Amino acid sequence: MEFLSGHGAYIAAAYGLSALVLGALTGWIIAERRKLRRALSALEASGVRRRSRPR
Amino acid sequence: MSIMDYANPSRFLALSGRLLPWLTGLTVLFLAAGLYMSFFTAPADYQQGQTVRIMFIHVPSAWIAMACYTLIAMSALGTLVWRHPLADVSAKAAAPIGAAFTFLALVTGSIWGKPMWGAWWVWDARLTSVLVLFFLYLGLVALWQSFDEPARAGRSAAILALVGFVNVPIIKFSVDWWNTLHQPASVMRLDGPAIHYTILLPLLTMAIAYTLLFLTLHMAAMRNEILRRRVRSLMQQRADAAQNIAADAGQGGVGQNVGQPTEQEA
Repeated sequence: MEFLSGHGAYIAAAYGLSALVLGALTGWIIAERRKLRRALSALEASGVRRRSRPR
Repeated sequence: MSIMDYANPSRFLALSGRLLPWLTGLTVLFLAAGLYMSFFTAPADYQQGQTVRIMFIHVPSAWIAMACYTLIAMSALGTLVWRHPLADVSAKAAAPIGAAFTFLALVTGSIWGKPMWGAWWVWDARLTSVLVLFFLYLGLVALWQSFDEPARAGRSAAILALVGFVNVPIIKFSVDWWNTLHQPASVMRLDGPAIHYTILLPLLTMAIAYTLLFLTLHMAAMRNEILRRRVRSLMQQRADAAQNIAADAGQGGVGQNVGQPTEQEA
C-alpha cells in the first residue's frame, strides 16, 4: 500500500467519492427501471394497451 | 437494415437489450484492469509523487464530461433538424450522466489541486469553463423537468444545448488561449503524448473503462426514458378513456329524459 503514503488521504478521497457518485448514478438508473417496469405492468394489467401494439 | 431503422424505439429496446449485458461485462473488465494498473503497476510521478494516481480518474471524467455534452449537442441537431424519434430521448438521458461526470472532474481536480497547487480552487479559465459546463448540464435537467409535454421540452432543451456547445472548444483550448494554472494537454497533442507509457497505459485503460461505463449508463437511461414515455402515454390514454366514459354517461343522463314529459307537460 505504498500509494497510501504521503498524500494517501487525497487519493482515497478522490477514488472514494468517484465510487460513491458513479455507484449512486448506477443505482438510480436501476431503481428507475424497476419503478417504470412496475408502473407499465400495472397499467397493462388494468387493461390499457398501447395503440400501436397489436392486440 | 440501415442504422436509421433503429430510430424506432421498439427496435432500439430490442437491440439495446441484447447489447447491455455485453457492455456491462466489458465495463467491469476494463474497470478492474484499469484500477489494478492505477494502483499496482503505475509508478509514482517524479514531480507529483503518488498523487498522479488521481489523474487516472480525473482526466477520464473530464473527457466524458465534454464527450457527453458533444453527444447532447448532436442529439439536439437530430431533434431540431431531422426530428429523429430517439434524438430527444438520447439527449434527455445523457444530461444527468454528464452532470455526474462533470461534478467528478471538478471535485477530483480540486482534491488533486490542493496538494499540487496549494489551493482547492482557482478561478482560472479551464476550471471556470468546466464549472460553466456543470451549470449547463443542471440547466438542461431543470428545463426538461419544467415542461409537461416532452416534445416541447425537447425543442427548448435542444436550443439551450446548441447554444451551450460553444463552451466545449473553450474548455479544450482554454489552457492554450489563456495563461492558466492548469497544465496544458499532455495526451491529445499533435506531436504525440508527453506522458511515459507506464503512466499513459493505465490512463488509457481507465479512459476506455469510463467510456464503456458512460455508454452502458446512457443506453440504460435511454431505455428508461422510452419506458417513461410509454407509461405517460398509457396514463394519458386511461385518463382520456375515463373522460369519454364520463361524457357518455352525462349524455346518457340527458338522453333518458328525452321523450319523457316534464312535470309541467304532465
